[in-house]
Amino acid sequence: MDLKIRHVRKDYGVFPALNDVSLDIRSGELVALLGPSGSGKTTLLRAIAGLETIDDGEILFGDEDAVGWSVQERNVGFVFQHYALFRHMKVFDNIAFGLRVRDRSRRPAEADIRKKVTGLLELVQLPDLANRYPAQLSGGQRQRVALARALAIEPQLLLLDEPFGALDAQVRKDLRRWLRQIHDETGHTTVFVTHDQEEALELADRVAVLHKGKLQQVGTPDDIYDRPATPFVYSFIGDSSSLPIHVRKGEALLDQTVIPVGSVSGPDGEARLHIRPQDISLQAVGQGVQGRIALLRRNGAFRRADIEIGADRTLIEAQIPPHLEVSEGDQVGIHFERFAIYPSGSRQSI
Amino acid sequence: MLPGFGLALGFSWFYLTLMILLPLAAVVLWTASLGPARILQIASDPRIFLALRLSFGLSLAAAAVNAVFGLLLAWTLTRYDFPGRRLVDAAVDLPFALPTAVAGIALAAIYAPNGWVGSIVPFKIAFTPLGIFVALVFIGLPFVVRTVQPVLSDLDQGLEEAAATLGANRATTIFKVVLPTLTPALLTGFALAFARAVGEYGSVIFIAGNIPYVSEIAPLLIIMRLEEFDYGSATAVATMMLTLSFAVLLFVNLVEAWSRKRLGHAY
Repeated sequence: MDLKIRHVRKDYGVFPALNDVSLDIRSGELVALLGPSGSGKTTLLRAIAGLETIDDGEILFGDEDAVGWSVQERNVGFVFQHYALFRHMKVFDNIAFGLRVRDRSRRPAEADIRKKVTGLLELVQLPDLANRYPAQLSGGQRQRVALARALAIEPQLLLLDEPFGALDAQVRKDLRRWLRQIHDETGHTTVFVTHDQEEALELADRVAVLHKGKLQQVGTPDDIYDRPATPFVYSFIGDSSSLPIHVRKGEALLDQTVIPVGSVSGPDGEARLHIRPQDISLQAVGQGVQGRIALLRRNGAFRRADIEIGADRTLIEAQIPPHLEVSEGDQVGIHFERFAIYPSGSRQSI
Repeated sequence: MLPGFGLALGFSWFYLTLMILLPLAAVVLWTASLGPARILQIASDPRIFLALRLSFGLSLAAAAVNAVFGLLLAWTLTRYDFPGRRLVDAAVDLPFALPTAVAGIALAAIYAPNGWVGSIVPFKIAFTPLGIFVALVFIGLPFVVRTVQPVLSDLDQGLEEAAATLGANRATTIFKVVLPTLTPALLTGFALAFARAVGEYGSVIFIAGNIPYVSEIAPLLIIMRLEEFDYGSATAVATMMLTLSFAVLLFVNLVEAWSRKRLGHAY
């Protein structure tokens, strides 16, 4: 089922939790809502499920406006960060819950429920745990049960709120791949919330980045990483540094010196240049922008250098090959291979 | 095993023995010294039988009523914010703080045939078993509220939301999800309210009317025997009460342990 979110607004006191958010999600897509805490991502997910009311806008399930529908009528599978399993019920009964509470007319026969639940337990790879209580399961197992329970009602939409947030790193990684598999097998339209960019980029078909209740950018993981639409997305996704510059007649100036990066677009005036550590290369002194290595440290396969640039000694972070013969205090020339310039004071600045 | 086990267990036993087991043992021993024939004679006294039945029957009924309405009160106090909530919250504890005799006199005055409530209702409340029931409900109320309230306020909001997303309506959610989760706390509150009601004396005697065979509670019978210097009969009745109470509390505890085990501790 297609999901269309149109101009959704939600106010919490003074600040809008959601500020004119519009987002189209195609049937069968796996979409991540990514943002820091307080960005409105969870509010948006809960609004889709009907667990939160909205002040303005439309949420279309297919072509029907679902805003007036109750939570029960929306038929969405919702997976909570802390599982929200029913502790007094065995795993089997947890999964069967959504089928058993249906009206007599829509309720499957007990034999069919049994078959369905058994199938779901196979799908989430827990066929032997039907008779356990949730308290007897590990965190990862609980989240699998929670997903099976949500899938049991054959939801039109699957919504997951930080599904791996309470799990440790290794389990997170395994469950991530596994969720992708389940999604590819079942084909549910799926939206999940995360503050973990790695998770969003690895798992999702498309990522929607939110900040302070505003949608910043929607795109494929490559779009988001390589072509950030706003300075917020640039700085939130991956490592980056930013440098205050001045744009004049298509040239980028640092302290009245032209940065040799070719012509830049954008209006004249104050601006910020954003750059990722891996997009910086070192050159001989005298070439490119001049700087001084303030700090050098090992970081996995590479070394990271903090380089002081300009009159006010702005620090930018560079990734340099470990065999390069430099040390702290050296003067170096810097070349910016790829970068982005956003005018300062624009409404989209951070 | 954690360090300090020996010391902790030793102290617990010492304290339990000093404060509870020793006095109870004295009661049981005194009773035993009467000899089987005399005990049997006391136990088969219809007046004592009726008093015990009245005490235990009304205590169970009062605890049950408190379980229902205490739960409602706890629900209101945790789920809603309204002006005066703090006052209501504090008022719940008043039956704890009030001297029981004061409570008894006040209740008797209100429910007596010429009292505020007693003059409105078409039947007698004060000076009948119904009056005793009212007093026992009054003194038992805080127990259920105070045991259920913290559990209810810690209840994961996600549970009810999960049930709703799975299609359950509000009533189904409450009966199949919320109430089963509250069962252990509710049972604890029930047991405490019951135990308090069985032993209650001060507030009941003012409203009961104390008519032999009709509205005479077991603790009153014990006091009467003591005043007649018939210590043997008094301790015999006490032992019977003790045994019955212990049986009821043990049963409630077992049910509670079973339901708690299902819910699991860590999660």
